[in-house]
Amino acid sequence: MSEGHAEIQATDVAQRFGARTIFEHVSFTVAPGEVFVILGGSGCGKSTLMKQLIGLLAPSAGTIVVRGRTITGRDGEAGRQGMLREIGVMFQSGALFGSMTLLENVMLPLEMYTDLPPAGREAVARVKLGLVGLGDAAALMPAEISGGMAKRAGIARAMALDPPLLFLDEPSAGLDPITSAGLDRLILDLRRDLGATFVVVTHELASILAIADRCIMLDRAARGLIAEGDPRRLRDESDNPTVRAFFRREVLAPEAA
Amino acid sequence: MTVAERAAAGGEPAVALEFSGHLDAEGIGLLWERAMRAARRAGRRVLVLDLSEVTLVDTAGAAFLTSLETAHGGKASLEGEREQFRALLDRVRAAGTKLPTPVKLPPLRIRDIAAAGGRAAANGIVFVGEAALALVRLPRNHRVLRWQDLLRYADQAGVRSLPLVVLLGFLIGLILAFQSAVPMRRFGADLYVANLVSISLLRELGPLLAAVILAGRTGSAFAAEIGTMKVNEEIDALVTMGLDPMTMLVLPRLIAAMLVMPVMTLVLNVAGLLGMTVVMMAFGFPLVTVTNQVVGAVTLTDLFEGLVKALCFGAVVAAIGCREGLGTGVGPRAVGLAATGAVVGGIVSTIVLDGVFALLIYRLGL
Repeated sequence: MSEGHAEIQATDVAQRFGARTIFEHVSFTVAPGEVFVILGGSGCGKSTLMKQLIGLLAPSAGTIVVRGRTITGRDGEAGRQGMLREIGVMFQSGALFGSMTLLENVMLPLEMYTDLPPAGREAVARVKLGLVGLGDAAALMPAEISGGMAKRAGIARAMALDPPLLFLDEPSAGLDPITSAGLDRLILDLRRDLGATFVVVTHELASILAIADRCIMLDRAARGLIAEGDPRRLRDESDNPTVRAFFRREVLAPEAA
Repeated sequence: MTVAERAAAGGEPAVALEFSGHLDAEGIGLLWERAMRAARRAGRRVLVLDLSEVTLVDTAGAAFLTSLETAHGGKASLEGEREQFRALLDRVRAAGTKLPTPVKLPPLRIRDIAAAGGRAAANGIVFVGEAALALVRLPRNHRVLRWQDLLRYADQAGVRSLPLVVLLGFLIGLILAFQSAVPMRRFGADLYVANLVSISLLRELGPLLAAVILAGRTGSAFAAEIGTMKVNEEIDALVTMGLDPMTMLVLPRLIAAMLVMPVMTLVLNVAGLLGMTVVMMAFGFPLVTVTNQVVGAVTLTDLFEGLVKALCFGAVVAAIGCREGLGTGVGPRAVGLAATGAVVGGIVSTIVLDGVFALLIYRLGL
C-alpha cells in the first residue's frame, strides 16, 4: 500500500443505523507523531467514528487501516486483534473498573500482557499515574475521585503498555478551564516524550487550538466531512459557514444553533 | 378573559378574546380550555387577541397565544400588545411548536411475537456457544480469568446466601411435612410423610429452591454489575484492551455459580429434612423411626440427580444474568431492566429445564 507509513488510513467510511445515515464518504489519513483531532457539533458522529477506528463498531461501508492492518471487512477480525496491542483508548468517562483501585486499573493491562512480577507491575503503574499527576491517588477507588482525575487515570491506563497510538474521547469535556488546560499540556508532553500519535475527539475550541496539528470536522447536516487541515488556518481562512460558526462562535441559523 | 364579537381593523367580522393580568403558566391554566373552545368556534371570522389589559406575558403565555392561533387556523391578529410581547412571540414562533408526527407502531402480531421469542432463544444459544468457546480458549488466555474474582463471586453467591438457604430449607421442610401430615393421618399413613418430604426435597425442591435463591440474589446482581460496567463503557474498555469480556467477566461468574449450587442444594436438603423431623417428632414419632424411614425411602441416585440438576440450574441462572448484563441498553433504566430480566429469565428457564430433566430421567429410567 502506498500509504504504508500512515498510522491510520480511512477510506470512504460510512455509518448508518437503519435508514438513518450518520455520515458517509469520510476519508482521512493520520500521520505518525501528530495530534489529530476529530471535531464537530453534538450528534455529528465524532464518537461513532472513533468507535470504528478502535474496532468496536464495524462501519457500514469503507475500509480502515490502522498501522498497516486492515480492521474492517470480512477479514478484519485478525487485524483488529493485532491492533489492540498497539493502541490505548481513554473513554469519555474514564471507564475505570469500579472494583479496582486506580493502581490496579493501570496494572491490569500489564498483568495481562507482560511477564513482569507484581512488584515490577506496580512500579510501572505508579510511574504512569505519576506522569498524569495522580501519584498520590493510586490507592483510591474510581468512585472516590473527581471527573477530571478519572479522565487522567483513564489516560494513564491507556498508556500502560506504551502504545504508539492513543485515542482520547473528549478529554476535556465537562472540565473547568484550568484542569482542561492541564490535560492539553499533558497530551503535548506525552507526544513530545513518547513520540506517540494521538487521535483526540473533542469539541472544546480552546483545546483544539492548543493541541491539534491537524483536524477533521464532521457535520450532522452535511452527513460527513466538511473540513480538514490545520485548525488555525480553518479558523482564519475557511469560507464554509458551519466551520466559521464553529471556530468564531458565530450564530449560524436558529435551527442549527 | 372575555369573549366579544366585533369588527377587526379591516372591518371584517371578528371574535376578540380580551385578556387581562398575567399570562403566565399559572394564569393560562384556568383559561386554556375555554379560550381554545372560543378560538375554534370563531370559525372563519378573524381571531383578535386583545392584550391591552395584559401586564405580563412569559414563554408559557406566548405558547398559549400561538396555540390559540393554531387552534383557530384562520386569520388572527394581536391588539394592544407591547413591544416586548411581540418580540417574545416571534421567538416562540421561530422555536417551532409543531410536533413531529408520532411514529406509528405496527400492530403486534403473533408472528412477530414468535419471531422475537425465536430470536431470544437463538441469542441464548449463541451466548452458550460463545461461553463454551471462551472455555475452550481458556488455556491460551488463562491470564484473563482472574481466580480471585472467581473466589469472590463464589463467596458472594454461595457462602453469604447460606443463612437464607438454611432458613428457607428448614421452613419448606416444616411446612411440607405439616401440610401433608394432616391428610395422610386420615389413612394412618402419617409415617410416610418422611418418605414424601425427603424424596421431593432431594429430587425436586432442593435444587429448584436453591436456583430461585440464586436467581434472586446472584443472577440479578450479575446483571446489574455487568450492566453498570456496560453503561460506564467499561466493557468497551476491556474489548479495546484485548481482554475478552466473556473470559474475564462471564466465565468466573459461571464457574462460581456452578460450584456453589450443589453445596447450596445439599445444605438446603439437610435443613429441610431437619424441619420435617421437627414436625414428625412433634407428632410423636421417635427420631430413630424417622431416620430409618428416610434412609429407606431415598437412594444415593436421588441425591445425585438433585445435585446434577443444581449444577445445571446454576449455570443457566448465572449465564442468563450475565447475558442480560452484557445486553444492557443505554441509560440508568436499562440496568434495572437487565436485573429484572435476569431474575425472571433465570426462574422461568430453571423451571422449563426442570421439566426437561423430569422427561429425561423418566426416559432413562433412573
